Amino acid sequence: MHRFANPARFLKIANAVLPWAAGLSAVCFAAGLYLGLFASPPDYQQGDTVRIMYIHVPAAWMSMFTYSTMAVAAAAALVWKHPLAEVYAKAAAPLGAGFTALCLLTGSLWGAPMWGTWWVWDARLTSVLVLFFLYLGYMALVDAFDDPARGNKAGNILLLVGAVNVPIIKFSVEWWNTLHQPASVFRLGGPTIAASMLWPLLLMAAAFQSYFFAVVILRIRAGLAARRVQTLRLGQAN
Amino acid sequence: MDGFLSMGGYAAYVWSSYGAAAVVLVGLLVLSLTGLRRVERTLATLEAAKPRRKREPKAAPAPTATPAAETTP
Repeated sequence: MHRFANPARFLKIANAVLPWAAGLSAVCFAAGLYLGLFASPPDYQQGDTVRIMYIHVPAAWMSMFTYSTMAVAAAAALVWKHPLAEVYAKAAAPLGAGFTALCLLTGSLWGAPMWGTWWVWDARLTSVLVLFFLYLGYMALVDAFDDPARGNKAGNILLLVGAVNVPIIKFSVEWWNTLHQPASVFRLGGPTIAASMLWPLLLMAAAFQSYFFAVVILRIRAGLAARRVQTLRLGQAN
Repeated sequence: MDGFLSMGGYAAYVWSSYGAAAVVLVGLLVLSLTGLRRVERTLATLEAAKPRRKREPKAAPAPTATPAAETTP
């Protein structure tokens, strides 16, 4: 990993990956939307609302994936002081917040017709709401200091402390009684979901994932350029 | 086609979900692209403003004249 922490080397690899990630995302979105909206059957209990799953579940997976990678980056930034790790965490945060907001919103839109309520304060929903506030808190905190180094450090500590929330989200549906259904894809014994619904779900998940890679590369490039602008301005001021 | 759009009576819920996803994903992409363009433009003007430092250390080993000019604050 250390070899890729060099920003110049990272940019070379990232720029080579970017068109592939963007292309893969477009293809997976096209295929996933076609299968999800046209070619998959309505659920025998939930009818067509099951199609909300193809947005809701990938957004939920990405909200946790993004936070986990940010927490790892925060640890790397605190221990090894890799500048790239901090740039990554800052670049990924708005994307993670967007995925989490999407997960909460589509969850409400799915809950209203199927559970008969937009929101309940149960373990799964509340822990995901906490995740959303962790993203917002991190974004506010890193920009709250005059010295960017101190802001980054405070943000990294928040990310590490907040990491306990990720397993809580994952296992909330098993540890507590909740309205939310338990896992049906990543579970011991394999997925319990029908193949006709698993395929659009996995395609949409791949689309979200490659979308994330493509956009986070753009954002890291912007972050590295912003750091360079900062050093140039400091040099001019002297 | 009518049945497709009505989503078995759940059109409002299903299409709002897909609409929200489109807004969030396209919005973040556009914001990221414009942000990148803006900072790259700023960087280009800043680097154009001080062209002397650019690439100079790599150019030619002429240690006699340049360092004095470089280091004077």
